[in-house]
Amino acid sequence: MNKSNTILYLDGVSVSFDGFRAINNLSLVLDKGEMRAIIGPNGAGKTTMMDIVTGKTRPDEGEVFFDGQVDLTRHDEAEIAMMGIGRKFQKPTVFESHSVEDNLMLALKAPRSIFPALFHRRSAAEARRIDDILGIIRLGDKRDELAANLSHGQKQWLEIGMLLAQDPKLLLVDEPVAGMTDAETEETARLLKDIARDHSVVVVEHDMHFVRELGVKVTCLHEGSVLSEGTLDFVSADERVVEVYLGR
Amino acid sequence: MITQRFFSADRRIAVTIVALLAAAMIVPLLNLAVSPQSAFYIPPYIVALVGKYLCYALLALALDLVWGYCGILSLGHGAFFALGGYAMGMYLMRQIGSRGVYGNPILPDFMVFLNYKELPWFWYGFDHFWFAALMVLAVPGLLSFVFGWFAFRSRVTGVYLSIITQAMTYALLLAFFRNDMGFGGNNGLTDFKDVLGFSVPADATRSALFAASAVTLALAVFVTAAIVRSKYGKLLMAVRDAESRTRFLGWRAENVKLFAFTVSAVMAGIAGALYVPQVGIINPGEFDPANSIEVVIWTAVGGRGTIVGPIIGALLVNAGKSWFTGVLPEFWLFALGGLFVAVTLLLPKGIVGVWDSWRGKTKALRAASLAAEAGADAEVPQPKIVRSAARTPGAWSATGSEPQPAG
Repeated sequence: MNKSNTILYLDGVSVSFDGFRAINNLSLVLDKGEMRAIIGPNGAGKTTMMDIVTGKTRPDEGEVFFDGQVDLTRHDEAEIAMMGIGRKFQKPTVFESHSVEDNLMLALKAPRSIFPALFHRRSAAEARRIDDILGIIRLGDKRDELAANLSHGQKQWLEIGMLLAQDPKLLLVDEPVAGMTDAETEETARLLKDIARDHSVVVVEHDMHFVRELGVKVTCLHEGSVLSEGTLDFVSADERVVEVYLGR
Repeated sequence: MITQRFFSADRRIAVTIVALLAAAMIVPLLNLAVSPQSAFYIPPYIVALVGKYLCYALLALALDLVWGYCGILSLGHGAFFALGGYAMGMYLMRQIGSRGVYGNPILPDFMVFLNYKELPWFWYGFDHFWFAALMVLAVPGLLSFVFGWFAFRSRVTGVYLSIITQAMTYALLLAFFRNDMGFGGNNGLTDFKDVLGFSVPADATRSALFAASAVTLALAVFVTAAIVRSKYGKLLMAVRDAESRTRFLGWRAENVKLFAFTVSAVMAGIAGALYVPQVGIINPGEFDPANSIEVVIWTAVGGRGTIVGPIIGALLVNAGKSWFTGVLPEFWLFALGGLFVAVTLLLPKGIVGVWDSWRGKTKALRAASLAAEAGADAEVPQPKIVRSAARTPGAWSATGSEPQPAG
């Protein structure tokens, strides 16, 4: 398969933990600029797939390529993050003892070594970028608030904002609307659609209503491999998908 | 609100630095220039005692940089302190020259006693102060760098890291006890005569050493505060609170920790070097794991994750120790253990943390009553912890709130 126009290319990837095959011959291709929703029952391997892409877990076999040519299995988390893959965790993970602004400042694209950080002075460009992101994630009025004091939904947005600050090419977003109110869910869908205009995005989500809102191609994982792929209507009409979800 | 918060923290650090610099001038003055009959006279033993406490405070501050701000609970910081102390002790031994009991101009007494024929290679250079001073920084710095390099790269965290730091200091304790290590075995290094040409036991020298300790501590407070305020300092706390988040943002958490650990070890080494001439001896007992644990207690009592806290903790606990061991010597360890348990249960943020939350509450109450008087239902500031330390109270290990995604 030609991978020149892909942002993410997984082919025949398998990984097992203590004999359990979490990912089983998984192949998945994401084109540049595409947004993809990934669904699947618990234990389908969604988070493990993200672990493989971000360098947290090494696959036992298979190819993982980023941007058509970079072999991700040869790099670790920090290197992969610097190449332009941002990841939002399932459980919102922000720096709780820092202000919203400082959270973004630590995520902003900049040299990632000790001495520049030690003698760092905030530039006007950085301040502008932080203002922009605060606007995008609708937290402008919370910039001095400690992240610990944000609501669950606001933490999710802050974490998405931190990904944006990294200026990635590809965002991996794990369950962005878990624990959100309906209004927040709608807002998040709008936010992600905004972001998808100039980024490639992979969203893992259980919430079908939210997935429908996104209106993008859907991949359904089951037992570590792709079960079905297509529009949400196509996938949800698929016999096998119904079967794994309803457990017939 | 935020700016106000930072101002108050800034002011506290400024006050500490000024107080230390003032003590560096006033205490020697009251010791040297005031007649012993005067009520203001400070006797030399107090000068030496408080000077020793200041070295402990520097050690506690060093520990706080890694424990309070990065969640690395080192139970081996006493080792870096002792290594700095040994480097200084070696210089002081070489200064004795031919005034030793055996009168050997090159070999220290214990080497003559142990039938050394010539000076071991690692004692070369220690007759120069500059070389010894360099070693005070380099030896603890290098050990912590190599140790941290392996430990942090292998992602050893939490209680496992604490255990291997403890093992490190214990291994050094056993090594330094051996006579053929060439560091004086279990007697260590003592019987010092001169430091930089001044007599060690003289009152003026003691006052000068006190002043040097106070000034160094003030400098360390300044440097630590600058580190913690910088973007790097924020990163340090971010690694403490959510290490994997920092990795997925592209930071190398192991390098972040390694830098703080090395800086901290160098600070501990300086503390040891200032300590040795003031107490007049350095022996392997300083490597005792119990010493390192005591440092943890000082820091916890004062308040980890604050800069002033560990200093207050070290001064108070050691003053308490001096008093307690005079009155009820056999119960001191029980008191110390009880103190640690009590602080862990009742004051997880230490004295400074309690002070802060108390201040925060009274401020909020005052604001609330003012607002009530004015009859306006203005927004009432919530009582908040004023500093940004702290994860879960009582969570002593370095395991943060890492997400553990399940398949």
